[in-house]
Amino acid sequence: MNELATLFRRELALAWGRGGGPMLALPFYACIATLLPFAVGGDHAQLAPIATGISWLALALTSLLSLERLFERDFEDGALDLLALGAPSMVATCFIKCLAQWLATGAPLAIAAPIIALGLGAKPELWSLIFTSALLGGLGFAFTGGVGAALAIGSRRGGVLIAVIVLPLFVPPVIFGATAISQAADGLAWQSGFALLGAYSLASVALSPFAMAAACRNALS
Amino acid sequence: MITGVEIENLALTRGDRLLFEGFSAQVSPGEAATLVGANGAGKTSILRCVAGFIRPHAGEVIFAGADPDEARGQGLHFVGHQDGLKSTRLARDELNFQSRWTGGSAAGVERAIETLALGPLMNLEVRKLSAGQRRRLALGRLIAAPRTLWLLDEPMAPLDTARRAMFGNLMAAHLAGGGMILAAVHDPLPVPARTLEVAG
Repeated sequence: MNELATLFRRELALAWGRGGGPMLALPFYACIATLLPFAVGGDHAQLAPIATGISWLALALTSLLSLERLFERDFEDGALDLLALGAPSMVATCFIKCLAQWLATGAPLAIAAPIIALGLGAKPELWSLIFTSALLGGLGFAFTGGVGAALAIGSRRGGVLIAVIVLPLFVPPVIFGATAISQAADGLAWQSGFALLGAYSLASVALSPFAMAAACRNALS
Repeated sequence: MITGVEIENLALTRGDRLLFEGFSAQVSPGEAATLVGANGAGKTSILRCVAGFIRPHAGEVIFAGADPDEARGQGLHFVGHQDGLKSTRLARDELNFQSRWTGGSAAGVERAIETLALGPLMNLEVRKLSAGQRRRLALGRLIAAPRTLWLLDEPMAPLDTARRAMFGNLMAAHLAGGGMILAAVHDPLPVPARTLEVAG
């Protein structure tokens, strides 16, 4: 356990230090969310109904940003060799890496999500649901995204490849998350969408590390 | 705790190419063995196979006294060309991480800093270190986290004469304590070692 705590601290420090963490993700998120109203027209009546949808789409895209660095850097500089020779299993190692990715990138984005959505015209009383669903969805994005990142290790155009692998897998959380919020906005029951989002993220947390570990071992050979 | 390594009739491939076949070797406690051979003969691949990264095409690697997972997770160090050091982090942070990850204690890290004379480097970013300094930093975990088997890929290459002698003393001490060394080299190690020819 001691080793995993050490790894967690290192991953957090790297995420903040390497420029791929929140310092890059937050402006990127804001840029996408600002760009879309220009594309669909800035009319408030037109924008308000799709505000939560846009904020979720932007969230999914932003979550892709730092995935390329999750395993590729460690592979290139030999740190993945070292990680494979620690006492913890590769599965636990991948779990910790994604957890740190979530905390470094997903959590700041979840804080920004209500601000973005409200700026686009979502109802102010929705902010807490937008925050919690973005936090929960971000967990799924980090772990599912980690599988794509591990599969893309060693490929030259890793970033694009990860996006192509991972974006189809981001469909369910985008549907569940955006649906929950839009239903809450209409005064309908939002719990089912939220529960499905939670189920998706927790299943990803439980299953993805095994796929990542297998992909990492494959990359080392 | 590994009490011996046996490489039995090993054959390795890289892609579709067969590197070599029928390679057998044995390393016992207190013993050093060096892999010698031409560039591309497969010396590094043998080390990576013993470390569990490459699956053998035929044959196997057997650890005495430990199952393979335990041996690789707790019993061996692998120091290769790529040192795994992050260029933007402080030398101290990286030494700490590499040592703790492989099971070293705070006291072990201090011992490594003292033995390898790493003190003056500790507050520098890794990218400011020379090749030799980086290698010394990467070797730190050998001392900070005691593990029986050292797999070393050209460990001496970037080191200057004085550091080679110092590292020679470290290897001698490791062997005297019952440790084992398997190294891929072009220049002989400064400790008595059996030579294993790797021929493609």
